[in-house]
Amino acid sequence: MEPQDLTKVVLLACGSFNPITNMHLRMFELARDYLEDTGQYIVVRGIISAVGDGYKKKGLIEACHRVDMARLATDTSDWIKVDAWESQQPEWVETAKVMRHHYKELMTAEQNNDYVDTAKKRRLDETKQAFEDPSSYHTRRDNGPQLKLLCGADVLESFGVPNLWKHEDIAEIVGRYGLVCITRNGCDAHKFIHQSEVLWKHRKNIHVVREWVTNEISATHVRRALCRGQTVRYLLPDPVVSYIQEHGLYSAESEQKNADVILAPLQRHTGPSSS
Amino acid sequence: MSARIPLVLLACGSFNPITNQHMRLFELARDHLHQIGQFQVVGGIVSPVSDSYGKQGLVLAKHRIAMARLALQGSDWVAVDDWESQQPDWTETVVTMRYHYGRILKQYQEGTGKDSGPTTNSHHLTSSSPRLKLLCGADFLDTFKVPGLWLDDHVEEVAGHFGLVCVSRGGLEPERAVHESDTLSRHWRNIFLVREWVRNETSATEVRRALRRGLSVKYLLPDSVIKYIHQHNLYTGDSELKNKDVLLRPLTKQTEMPVKTLDD
Repeated sequence: MEPQDLTKVVLLACGSFNPITNMHLRMFELARDYLEDTGQYIVVRGIISAVGDGYKKKGLIEACHRVDMARLATDTSDWIKVDAWESQQPEWVETAKVMRHHYKELMTAEQNNDYVDTAKKRRLDETKQAFEDPSSYHTRRDNGPQLKLLCGADVLESFGVPNLWKHEDIAEIVGRYGLVCITRNGCDAHKFIHQSEVLWKHRKNIHVVREWVTNEISATHVRRALCRGQTVRYLLPDPVVSYIQEHGLYSAESEQKNADVILAPLQRHTGPSSS
Repeated sequence: MSARIPLVLLACGSFNPITNQHMRLFELARDHLHQIGQFQVVGGIVSPVSDSYGKQGLVLAKHRIAMARLALQGSDWVAVDDWESQQPDWTETVVTMRYHYGRILKQYQEGTGKDSGPTTNSHHLTSSSPRLKLLCGADFLDTFKVPGLWLDDHVEEVAGHFGLVCVSRGGLEPERAVHESDTLSRHWRNIFLVREWVRNETSATEVRRALRRGLSVKYLLPDSVIKYIHQHNLYTGDSELKNKDVLLRPLTKQTEMPVKTLDD
């Protein structure tokens, strides 16, 4: 396939990044390798979007630290960037909204780049207009850039947790954008997709990527180790380890933050009307 | 409070290539040994095996040494040693241990006032001479069972005289490996098992596979090592075929001429 025939992809990873680990970074690398290996895509950017403090997850430290650590961690990457928009919002923002925000930015950037090619510009305008229509889950035509949500299998399976996600948000994420799911256990991911009507409907937009080389580094375990004064060296980039030490982050105290608070999505979505 | 026993950790292996997981073994072992209170870890040594080992896919020692050196640039207590890799033939682990132990002891005896070598920090709070223990992953314990790979006397010396610090990995059960060996069981007091709860297995075999296929290994090894690998075009389909039909050297050498035990 000629380079110009390849579909451009931007990978967006939403999460706590509390803290960012080598595994988070590796997800991007794995996803890029996988998509480009299909011969259909070219991955042009990776975006790390740390959740805002309004998420109210237990043990979630301040967004400014989490964003700074992510910046340190991506310093040596020429394609993965940190975006602070989501983290700066006063209230928690649904993932679908974050995706809409970044997709709009992507389309605008694309338009600005291609002002010369009027045919392409017209197509992009059409795409953008169709995008604005909330009732359309239009399928992408030609090679407009695509935004895909990058995540682990735990996020995929969290779609099943009651009241955590709005049904229409899931439909939008997998229908309009697409998912790249990194997992060690392909069977479980495929089974989960198979057992969900909405996921099964958009299975062509869900890429399950096997991680053969290494196990997950759970940030929860990393925080536990830090609380106990144990080493996390080589699980996170060195500059991030230094940052954590310098700022005295992650203690028994920080783990208790939001201990009695209900997670924002659950606060928002409980009750019969969830839209 | 009694003074802690100074300790140096020695890791022998292919380091083909060195990964973040290898370096993590040292960090985990040090944490554990400090927590149990008996020891003060004063140094760490990475000793890559020589080319004569004959393992399939083993790239030249000079590269494996260079990569380890790059990887350990950021460490202030672990360093690479090329003595083992420089020996004309494959060297038994006990021989490597005896060499390093002799060196460490000599350094200690020459006084703490002098500049310490690259592998030992000053051990100002100690009254006793430093010990040397073998640092390994749990899979290493299973190698004791492989016929012809180890001489019984050597297992005795490694476990009994020196001691082992073994970091468990994934589903492997080091306690079982110890249990299934009479020699290891006898020296259970000298075998320190460290549990790695944050599961981060990065097998060098898989790393080589990824490299062969042009896949990313970023964040599994230090950037400097990845750069070196690409610069020297290591780990290709060809490199993995090296030593394909060659017998592992320990299996041939030890039947020819077994190394003497300490008692001889």
